[in-house]
Amino acid sequence: MRTTLQNWTLLFGSAVLLAFPAAASAQLSTYDIETRIGAESHVGNVTGHAKDAALPYRRYCVGCHGPLGDGNGENADWFLTPMYQKPRDFQLGVFKCRSTPTGTLPTDQDLFDAITRGFDRSNMPQWNTLSKQERADLVAWVKHYSPRWANEKPGAPIQIPPEPEVTAERIKAGRDVFARVQCWKCHGVQGMANGPSASTLTDDLGRPIAPFNFTEGSRPKCGDTDQDIYRIFMTGLDGTPMPSFADNIKPDEAWDLVFYLRTFMRQHSKEKDLAKGLGLKPVDPNAPAPAASGQQ
Amino acid sequence: MHVTRRLRMRNFVHFATSLSAVSLILAALVITCSQPANALPAFARKYGLRCSACHESWPMLNYFGQKFKDNGYQLMNDRDAPIWQNPGYWPVTFRITPIWHRVSTGKVLVDTYSSGIATPTGQAVQRVTSSGFDLSGLDFHTGGTLEKNISFYVLPSSDPTASFHFETVMGRLDNLFGSPWLNVKFGKFELDNLLSEKRILTLTGNGGIYQLYHFRPQGDGNIFGQMGDNQLGLEVMGHSYNDRTRYSAALLSSNDGQVELPYGSGYTGFFTASQAFDAGRAGVERIGFYAMVGEAPTTWLTQTGPSGSTILPGSGIGNKSFSREGFVGQFYFGPHVDLTVVTQHGEDNAWFGQGYGDFIDGVATANNTTGTTLPAGAQNPTWNGVLFEPHYVYSPQLIFIGRYETIRMSQQANGSGSATPTASNFGNISTYTIGYRYNPFMTSRAGFAWHNEYNWLHQDGTGPTLGLTSANINTSELLVGFDFDF
Ligand code: HEC
Ligand code: HEC
Repeated sequence: MRTTLQNWTLLFGSAVLLAFPAAASAQLSTYDIETRIGAESHVGNVTGHAKDAALPYRRYCVGCHGPLGDGNGENADWFLTPMYQKPRDFQLGVFKCRSTPTGTLPTDQDLFDAITRGFDRSNMPQWNTLSKQERADLVAWVKHYSPRWANEKPGAPIQIPPEPEVTAERIKAGRDVFARVQCWKCHGVQGMANGPSASTLTDDLGRPIAPFNFTEGSRPKCGDTDQDIYRIFMTGLDGTPMPSFADNIKPDEAWDLVFYLRTFMRQHSKEKDLAKGLGLKPVDPNAPAPAASGQQ
Repeated sequence: MHVTRRLRMRNFVHFATSLSAVSLILAALVITCSQPANALPAFARKYGLRCSACHESWPMLNYFGQKFKDNGYQLMNDRDAPIWQNPGYWPVTFRITPIWHRVSTGKVLVDTYSSGIATPTGQAVQRVTSSGFDLSGLDFHTGGTLEKNISFYVLPSSDPTASFHFETVMGRLDNLFGSPWLNVKFGKFELDNLLSEKRILTLTGNGGIYQLYHFRPQGDGNIFGQMGDNQLGLEVMGHSYNDRTRYSAALLSSNDGQVELPYGSGYTGFFTASQAFDAGRAGVERIGFYAMVGEAPTTWLTQTGPSGSTILPGSGIGNKSFSREGFVGQFYFGPHVDLTVVTQHGEDNAWFGQGYGDFIDGVATANNTTGTTLPAGAQNPTWNGVLFEPHYVYSPQLIFIGRYETIRMSQQANGSGSATPTASNFGNISTYTIGYRYNPFMTSRAGFAWHNEYNWLHQDGTGPTLGLTSANINTSELLVGFDFDF
């Protein structure tokens, strides 16, 4: 006869299994993985080969991402969420920094850039000291852990229109977008990561995660150019509560929002100066959401 | 530990004149047991990185580790400041190495005895060999950040008898004005040698240092040009974001890193620049140069007391110049093979060449006081040297090491105009080292290497002759040990 505790464990266990099917089914065997050792990557004019990355992976990456690429390296247990995110589980084939629409695979260049750039506020270092070839080989290696690449093509990178001139009107319009799509629910009305949902967020694997705090002065994980920021909220950080807003924000509005986000950031910018001139107030969470400009 | 190394260099210098078997072997043993080292599990623990991420094989850095160091022991992930660490984190690492070694010195002058007579009756030249279990000194590394972009390093280091000195004590302001091109270091620190002697992969007495970094012509009194010794001073350095381009300029006290201004008020400059290139499948190749240009005293005030004349420390004047310059190349040939090359052209002022400069144990054996003149034919000793260090990196856990170094005098201190001109090859050095280091495990907590090494050193003309045709010396050492740090 089962005790209540056992019952609960079972129930909870199956709930976890149901909630995270990807995670539960992701444990691939070394054999599965090795069938894909022929994986390649193409970054600029460099072709990367997974088979050439076995040594560099062991030298640089395995302590965190683990021998099976599942993010269970010996150091992973010590990275405590939400302060530090866990190393990525490559078997899932789900990545944060993409130029491609949400739900699709990133391009080789995306992975290459992520490895080169590293992840601020995490233990994932910048690997820009490695040769381009080594990094391209590592991209191929990262890909060889997930069967997704065998069956799917990466998404097509989203189109980013040329960056318009920053104006006071655009910053004001950006504030309206910020209010309308409710970025503040997680990021807070001043971008301080203290919105009403902030403390309850978990990633797709059920681990606590904090929204980005724009005011701290640190760089977004997926890059800090205006284009990068545009890309972040138009493609989303897959695997996290940070969604893609491609369906809710039009390309031109997206630029307005980028400019408005800049006003939160500690780094000095033209946007900050303009916002000061406007005497711009933080959005009011209780005000009715402004209507979308133009037709949706 | 550079104290013991200096001891050894001194021994070399006074080889020709005062060769004593005991001091020689003692020196060899003492040096063997001292190894300079920076390989910090404290950093690995802080960031969750395996040793191999920063070290080609610990303690030697790879490019990633070099960049980490150049950033002031920071990953630049906005979590470098200690405020982000678990308060229990304490940035301390110790390193020590129990060893077994066998040191064999050719041509040592020893007393001989006749049967039935208890006092020496003659002298002979013979090889002296000793072997046994031994210890290295102990290094206590503490280093890291005090705050974002403010870093430090303090290294109390002992000889094998646990007598401590400060090998490194420095604070550093990193990324001034938000730019990696400007970092300022202050204190006692290792010079910006691309091939670092503090992170050398070898441990024997003669193979555990770079001869190029300590070379002095025979009888030369300039101890101040030793690029391998940590020096007191101020360094400005900068680098590109990916560390491919680096430069540094340091202003140093010409005291060879010794505290309390024992010599005088001379200064030395040390300059480096290097550029790395991405060479595709071969890897990242780096070439650069260094130059050390300085002045150091040759004249001291003296004080005659009951026990004779002693010099007054710190009173040095009569500065004379010296220089060391050369190229450095780090060449990678795919994932397994690499080669480091260092060249050197060195020159000391003729006064140093005649033994002025360092004073031995506070006694001014050569003091350039008023009226002192150089002997006829005295000239600036100059030399050229080169070092090749190939590695075969089988895996992050196993490395094979080789080294060949040679230094040839190009101009002796006593030239042809001298009463006793020096033979052109006198004091030349050639040395080979081979070895391997095997790390049975690789984590981000501790380092442990099974170390095996053999070194052979040859020096021209500095041994006793005593009826022999050649006074060349061959010294060898075999060493095995457990090199570990935590
Ligand atoms: C010290 C631990 C550590 C090491 C070493 C490390 N990583 Fe990571 N890596 C992480 C963490 C943690 C993340 C997740 C960061 C986050 O989500 O904020 C990550 C994320 C990634 C990602 C995900 C990018 C994305 O867009 O989602 C890739 C790819 C990656 N690492 C590749 C590598 C490669 C290749 C190496 C070796 C050259 C490496 N990592 C070494 C900790 C590490
Ligand atoms: C449901 C909560 C939620 C909402 C709504 C949300 N975000 Fe986020 N956002 C997050 C979380 C969580 C992260 C941190 C992800 C991480 O660190 O991996 C994040 C990260 C970011 C980042 C930094 C990404 C990086 O590369 O580090 C930016 C920029 C950002 N969000 C912008 C926005 C904008 C603009 C909106 C509204 C259009 C928005 N977010 C709406 C949860 C949210």
